[in-house]
Amino acid sequence: MKDAFGAPQSLLVLGATSEIALATARRLVARRTRTVWLAGRPSPERESAAGWLRALGAAVHTVDFDALDTAAHEECLGKVFAEGDIDMVLLAFGVLGDQAHDESDPGAAVRVAQTNYTGAVSAGLICAQALQEQGQGSLVVLSSVAAERARRTDFIYGSSKAGLDTFAQGLGDALHGTGVHVMVVRPGFVRSRMTEGREEQPLAATPEEVAVAIESGLRRRAQTVWVPGALRVVMSAVRHLPRGVFRRLPM
Amino acid sequence: MAPESAAPARPAAPAPADWPVPVTGWGRTSASSARLLRPRSYEDAAETVRGWALPGARGGIPRGLGRAHGDAAQSAGGAVLDMTALNRVHVIDVATGTLLTDAGVSLARLAEVLLPHGWFLPVSPGSGQVTVGGAIGADVHGLGHRAAGSFARHLLSLELLTADGEVRTVPRGTPLFDATTGGLGLTGAVLTATLRLLRVETSLLTVETERAPDLDDLLHRMSTSAPPRRYEAAWIDLLARGRSTGRAALLRADHLPARELPSRARRAAAALGPGQGPYPPRQLAPGPLGLRATGAWQGLRLRTLPRTGTRRLCELDAFFHPREAPRPRHRGGLIRYECLLPYEAQGTLERLVRRLARRGCPAPLALLRRFGEGDPGWLSFAAPGWSLCLDLPARLPGLGAFLDRLDEEVAAAGGRVRLAEDARLRPDLLAAMYPRLTEFRELRRTLDPRGLFASDLSRRLDL
Repeated sequence: MKDAFGAPQSLLVLGATSEIALATARRLVARRTRTVWLAGRPSPERESAAGWLRALGAAVHTVDFDALDTAAHEECLGKVFAEGDIDMVLLAFGVLGDQAHDESDPGAAVRVAQTNYTGAVSAGLICAQALQEQGQGSLVVLSSVAAERARRTDFIYGSSKAGLDTFAQGLGDALHGTGVHVMVVRPGFVRSRMTEGREEQPLAATPEEVAVAIESGLRRRAQTVWVPGALRVVMSAVRHLPRGVFRRLPM
Repeated sequence: MAPESAAPARPAAPAPADWPVPVTGWGRTSASSARLLRPRSYEDAAETVRGWALPGARGGIPRGLGRAHGDAAQSAGGAVLDMTALNRVHVIDVATGTLLTDAGVSLARLAEVLLPHGWFLPVSPGSGQVTVGGAIGADVHGLGHRAAGSFARHLLSLELLTADGEVRTVPRGTPLFDATTGGLGLTGAVLTATLRLLRVETSLLTVETERAPDLDDLLHRMSTSAPPRRYEAAWIDLLARGRSTGRAALLRADHLPARELPSRARRAAAALGPGQGPYPPRQLAPGPLGLRATGAWQGLRLRTLPRTGTRRLCELDAFFHPREAPRPRHRGGLIRYECLLPYEAQGTLERLVRRLARRGCPAPLALLRRFGEGDPGWLSFAAPGWSLCLDLPARLPGLGAFLDRLDEEVAAAGGRVRLAEDARLRPDLLAAMYPRLTEFRELRRTLDPRGLFASDLSRRLDL
């Protein structure tokens, strides 16, 4: 059950090895979270993340989950919700892909889209239904600032996140008044394993900063969270730039 | 134009009556949705509770008028039994001062009914809009705890609808009685209650209001009030800093005996409009002025009170049921933090008040009271000591961690935090605050093995 500041007692992370998700889980375990479910593909990283959270004092369970295997979502997530109430679901899985390579390999591009969008739609709907039956809970969806405007350098990733972002916004409206809260988180460039080796962009954030923003968003029951907050202003300007101008921007 | 066959996506029909609706406490924090059911008869209520045993149902919790600030009367995904339709006053024994009433009647209504007969409620909490059932479940206390104890002290017996759908008569002195008084509705729904009343000779109170310039002075005045008054409370100004930290308005009151009734009493009473209590000015919300300026203005307003009290008369009704403050509109909701510190831990109380003042808490309410002997309720809040009750806007930055630290200090000093108003307590501190918690859990396990009576509070704190 969440407390008055939106701090959950049980957390389900979809995408167990996401650095943002782990930073968030760590912060929440320091507050009220006692049970953490880590859902992801079996891997040594998942186990080490589980061990790391256990050392902080949480009861951690791992569950096998593959975003691409949408047929199995219902069963594996159903198992988690059958074990007890989940106060917060953090939908954190996603892949960046390699834009230059993927443009010439449609199969790889489709995999990015399926992971980031199709997998998330399936998992998101299942979780939303379960949360609605509980009568409370938060669904936190990690979108991206790339979802706001297509860029030459990452439009395959950006388009999949744009789909996810729109889906999550609509889901939030559909669940308004049911006690379930859907929050869309739009981080900018995050320094993490996923972006390793890429050129850093202005207004970059760390996974820790994203976690702080998620925690404060939960407290406010925010619907959209930008990390850093200044991106909200920047992107509302960028959104309206004529394409000719936007294309020439060095980004 | 869309063809006729394209049906609108939105359902045009109104939602069914038992559709889940968002429910919150008075503080409007942590909303959760539940089916809101309003039983019209005891059988109706029993039928509903029996339905909770069906597979797939998530239990529920009785609810009165919803004045508790926390999540005690909401049950996410389950049902909330609104008991206010069961509101008949059955018997008033005017000779002995005993009352048999349904649990859905509000205390304000009872006072209205009782006063013409020369009887009054022995315990009146801050609002009259509290049902008898709610008063039992939260074991409410009023301004006069030292003299009157909490609500359960005047309760002779009650009828309880338990999880098996049966109605049990629970007399005083049984374990189920002690678990139910202060039991937050988790043992079952109270249907009727038999109460002992308080004899009053007049419908007037003598009220004294005075000002205490700082915390030491306030504690001294409250510790050495002679002669003792039935009702006493201090409204602390938490915006005061430095030397005047803890300055407060102190209010004392007593029932007026008939022999002291002055001839001009009628006029004095008439001078007070309905719903106009003699309470100190309400705390201001720091608007654009900022904390400092609001604090200074509040200090000036406090100075209008005399240093030593002067007696004036006040109607009972106006005193106990003043025009209720509107439901808090604070964005992000309001947290009520009510804690109790034993008299030995006065140092902790002083430290707490100073920390709150240093932090600059724009608290709409900060009430300090002295409590007397506690009552046997296992989860009952009251015990001998100082009780500090604060309303704090939930959106104050860092408030969660700040209150967690206060909790630790309170628990270490042998105090406790009130569960009925709570929305944020850390579960592991609970056992230290409520030593009879294990007994309560055990009784619940035998009485309600499937946990059909469950609230957000009980799930959060694993009661």
